[in-house]
Amino acid sequence: MNKAMKKLLIAVLLLPLLAFAAADLEINTPAISSLKSAMQARHGQLAAHYANGAVGLTRDGLIAVHDANAVPLKDRQGVNSLVAAENNDRNALYREIAAANGHPEWEAEVRSTFAGRWVQKAQGGWWYQDASGWAKK
Amino acid sequence: MKNLTGLLLVAGIVVLSACVTINIYFPAAAAEKAADKIIDEVWQLKGEQAAPQNDAPKESK
Repeated sequence: MNKAMKKLLIAVLLLPLLAFAAADLEINTPAISSLKSAMQARHGQLAAHYANGAVGLTRDGLIAVHDANAVPLKDRQGVNSLVAAENNDRNALYREIAAANGHPEWEAEVRSTFAGRWVQKAQGGWWYQDASGWAKK
Repeated sequence: MKNLTGLLLVAGIVVLSACVTINIYFPAAAAEKAADKIIDEVWQLKGEQAAPQNDAPKESK
């Protein structure tokens, strides 16, 4: 086997390593950016509801009303709207991330990855759902 | 020489299939990294990450 061929063979065999090194998910699309900023703005309103247990993190990467009694009656509709809007954006976010990476079928896995990370990064005292139901962090 | 061509052909197939494999399987680690980045932005947790950097100047005291 001549030297040039050997080198070529080695280069060809090493290529997959490069591909592995470059395996990062694409999250810098206009759609994802605008979802992020909408969610960031909404978080200003949601933070207090997470803190007093009115709203908690669900197992499927969304949020839900956990304790409506923590919210004054007159504000409950507002909280419901916040939760619905946030869930719309979260669903769209998971879908967009999967699509941006050319694999719409990854949506469920993106969602479950996020579900775990939201809970992981939640502040102490916030409520979240695990396999057995609601729990306080 | 024929053997070598065959070997290169097989190597090429291996490389291609490896690339396809990378794309078919969900990159769990990359997804976690992406999720963390987005969550940090949405919940504005970046201050916590920046904290170690703020500690650095203390050494010069």
